[in-house]
Amino acid sequence: MSQSNTQRIDSLENPEAWQTVCEQQDLVSNSGVVVWLDGAQVALFYLPGAGGRTLYAIDNHDPQSGANVIGRGLVGSIKGDLVVASPIYKQHFRLEDGSCLEYPQQRLRVWPVRLNSGVVEVGVA
Amino acid sequence: MNSNVATLNKLQTLIVIGNGMVGHHCVEQLIERGALDHYRLHVFSEEPMRAYDRVHLSEYFSGRDAESLALGEASLYQTPGVTLHLGAPVLEIDRARRQVITAQGCVSYDKLVLATGSYPFVPPIEGAEGDSRLVYRTLEDLDAIRAAASNARRGVVVGGGLLGLEAANALKTLGLEAHVVEFAPRLMPVQLDEYGGLALKAQIERLGVGVHLSRGTQSISAGEEYRYRMNFANDEFLETDLIVFSAGIRAQDALARQCSLEVGPRGGVVIDDQCQSSDPNIYAIGECAAWNGSIFGLVAPGYQMARGVAALLCNETAEPFMGADMSTKLKLLGVDVGSIGDAHGSTPGSRSYQFIDETTASYRRLVVDATGKHVLGAVLVGDNSYYDTLLQYMQNAIALPAEPASLILPSSEGAPTLGPGALPEAATVCSCHNVTKGSICSAIDGGCTDLGLLKSQTKACTGCGGCAGLLKQVFEHELIARGVSVDKSLCEHFAYTRQELYALVRVEGVITFEELLAKHGRGHTGCDVCKPAVGSILASCWNQPIMDASLVPLQDTNDTFMANMQKNGTYSVVPRIPGGEITADKLIAIGVVAKKYDLYTKITGGQRIDLFGAQLHELPDIWAELIEAGFETGHAYGKSTRTVKSCVGSTWCRYGVQDSVQMALTIEDRYKGLRSPHKLKFAVSGCTRECAEAQSKDVGVIATEKGWNLYIAGNGGMRPRHAELFATDLDDATLIRYIDRFLMFYIRTADKLQRTSVWRESLEGGLDYLKDVIINDSLGLGEELESQMQLVVNRYECEWANALKDPEKLKRFRTFVNDKRPDPDIHFVQERGQRRPIMAAELNLIPVTEEIA
Repeated sequence: MSQSNTQRIDSLENPEAWQTVCEQQDLVSNSGVVVWLDGAQVALFYLPGAGGRTLYAIDNHDPQSGANVIGRGLVGSIKGDLVVASPIYKQHFRLEDGSCLEYPQQRLRVWPVRLNSGVVEVGVA
Repeated sequence: MNSNVATLNKLQTLIVIGNGMVGHHCVEQLIERGALDHYRLHVFSEEPMRAYDRVHLSEYFSGRDAESLALGEASLYQTPGVTLHLGAPVLEIDRARRQVITAQGCVSYDKLVLATGSYPFVPPIEGAEGDSRLVYRTLEDLDAIRAAASNARRGVVVGGGLLGLEAANALKTLGLEAHVVEFAPRLMPVQLDEYGGLALKAQIERLGVGVHLSRGTQSISAGEEYRYRMNFANDEFLETDLIVFSAGIRAQDALARQCSLEVGPRGGVVIDDQCQSSDPNIYAIGECAAWNGSIFGLVAPGYQMARGVAALLCNETAEPFMGADMSTKLKLLGVDVGSIGDAHGSTPGSRSYQFIDETTASYRRLVVDATGKHVLGAVLVGDNSYYDTLLQYMQNAIALPAEPASLILPSSEGAPTLGPGALPEAATVCSCHNVTKGSICSAIDGGCTDLGLLKSQTKACTGCGGCAGLLKQVFEHELIARGVSVDKSLCEHFAYTRQELYALVRVEGVITFEELLAKHGRGHTGCDVCKPAVGSILASCWNQPIMDASLVPLQDTNDTFMANMQKNGTYSVVPRIPGGEITADKLIAIGVVAKKYDLYTKITGGQRIDLFGAQLHELPDIWAELIEAGFETGHAYGKSTRTVKSCVGSTWCRYGVQDSVQMALTIEDRYKGLRSPHKLKFAVSGCTRECAEAQSKDVGVIATEKGWNLYIAGNGGMRPRHAELFATDLDDATLIRYIDRFLMFYIRTADKLQRTSVWRESLEGGLDYLKDVIINDSLGLGEELESQMQLVVNRYECEWANALKDPEKLKRFRTFVNDKRPDPDIHFVQERGQRRPIMAAELNLIPVTEEIA
């Protein structure tokens, strides 16, 4: 059941529309900030030195604590995956697809995201 | 979907009545063993919330809320095929129709498991009602006790057994003067012998709890000084404001009696070795069951029954229940108590060794069999470090050493331990989940080389947690035995220990994480283990502002935002109040800020004021105002110097012999901003009365007529440890020199997140070695340690003042970088005149699922 709902989303896909959310200079290197996107809270992680994708957009809501804190988590890599650790109970989410390393039932929404001449754009369906 | 319906129809219905610890474990085990392929599962619970941890019930009074006591994941009961009916007591069982009847209707069953537990026994005493007839079993009972305690001064517990002493501890936690009244001539008559009871009484009385033995309450009447008077024989009496009965438990077998199941002579549903009752479709487990006439009031045997029944219902071979070892190890009112096997030495021909230390009220007894070769039982009061070894000797019939007494005698190396290699394969390591050394070995053979993974695979150490030390020893021993070197790497990015990384940073003068990772690590990102650890090392060595661009991404969230994140994502703010000394103007300034930002305000244990409920974007404004009023950051968020608590000392106190406040100020000013492997707490007392509680701190200073006594490596919190006397009658300069050296030596050699207490215990050579290094400078490190400390002191700068000067650093202090609104999901409610976060229960996060039959 859950398999069919899952789809891989990354910046290479073409969303229906790109929405500007903030300036590039609002981002903090190797760390996260949060933007408001029409009622959703989206955490943006900017990793200029990580060697792969440099920008990720992931849900700011931590399902375990119920608090909106993911954007304030520490980023790192675990066994090759870039992850963010929730600052409250420290479970890890893959930045790439929002899946949780410790609890498969927890999964965060991710958005396509890109840098476009100095502004950050998030893909909306 | 149609195929699903077809399968559903073939399913039988299994009902579990009771959602206590044992009932819950049974459900877990059933689901794990695939019971949902055969059964639809209904669970009925009388209580309004899902299963919670009764073993740690008293923590409800020391701050844990109901949700955090809940067992397992709430999602377990949302598994398709499982229905949990909360607040739905079963009124009747109709065995002929195989139905259970609740107020909501009937549900038919094919198999039924009774896990209704027990209820507290209250002897019929004239006048016992309301607040003079409280009990201690459920969260509701605790709420009633809390309500009764709110305007009470004194509380009495009737019953000096294990639960009675737990209840007395709860009363003490609520701030009452606590008394225990016991009918028998000693405390814990089941688990302890005469001397054990005496030692426990002495220890508990030292803690200020009144103990009254051989007293039976005959009636309760109105009191004169307190609300009630308990009348004993010989015109003796004791007055009190509330009475909690904890005089034993009785099996909750009302349903069994109603439907005429066979019930034991002393209560309890009679079960056989398979936990089957007199009706083959009905099983009983836990405290409601009587096996061989006995009721087992501990979690481990209850879990054992739950596992057996779950296996049986899933058509697996179940190990028959053959009684249980009632050995137990606890901390009652902070006093270690252990009882193993035949504690009373009632086996014919048995002989005992006893050790009594009246100065510390410690007692140990070892009971051996007639041949003198095997342990039959033991009693421990005051020090449970002997427990694990003695239990292994008994459970596994390991041959005693030539001098059995050595197993209970004090020795400078601490309690004797049985090497993990000496344990047989069948030895039980974790008794909650019945995990043997053999199953640990086979998990390791199956490729498990990670302790965390081992715990989740075998469930070892996931019950009461008491076997953590033994499990780690067995694990490491077995790994080494298999030729696997025990990996002490920090994480996958650094194949070094914290201590090794510290040395590399020092020697090579590394100042950034990137540099260390490039030279000595792997990958180019790091993780949430190595980043904060390296961040802390860099701060300990070089003390650069932690908000510098290269350091920000290393910090744990609290350090990044220089505030303490609370459970709803808001922060608390703690300005430094050195030595706990504060002027009226500064107090007013804090009040003004708290009022302006509507912050919940609480006095901390470290003589400061904590301001709760600030949102991220409010932090810079709050700090600008606090700094304007002359405050500095209190580093409450860091693994760093926290507070230096002090008493008023000789300036005001008629007993004080030194100016403890001045010394506290000197110490706090010197070490504020020092980052270390873990937090550091200090205290200075102005005389030997020790009002600042310096002996529970990492560094404690107590004034003497001639100077200062220095204590080190104490700890409060979860694992309290008295600090050890390190040096006496020091002058001010020598005191500071020793503290400099001590702290820097700790920072240099401790593991990550290791408090000074644990570090000190792990030091080879112990306290004498440490004295040699610090006082006699045996390693020739003294000056180096002092100059390293001086560098950190010289570079001190208030981090908040530094951050406020730099717009770039303030960029992150925005809830949304593209919107000014606050987080709309943060909600508060008013309580006792201040606001607090709304609780899960108030948001109805605990799901109640009901089915209309």
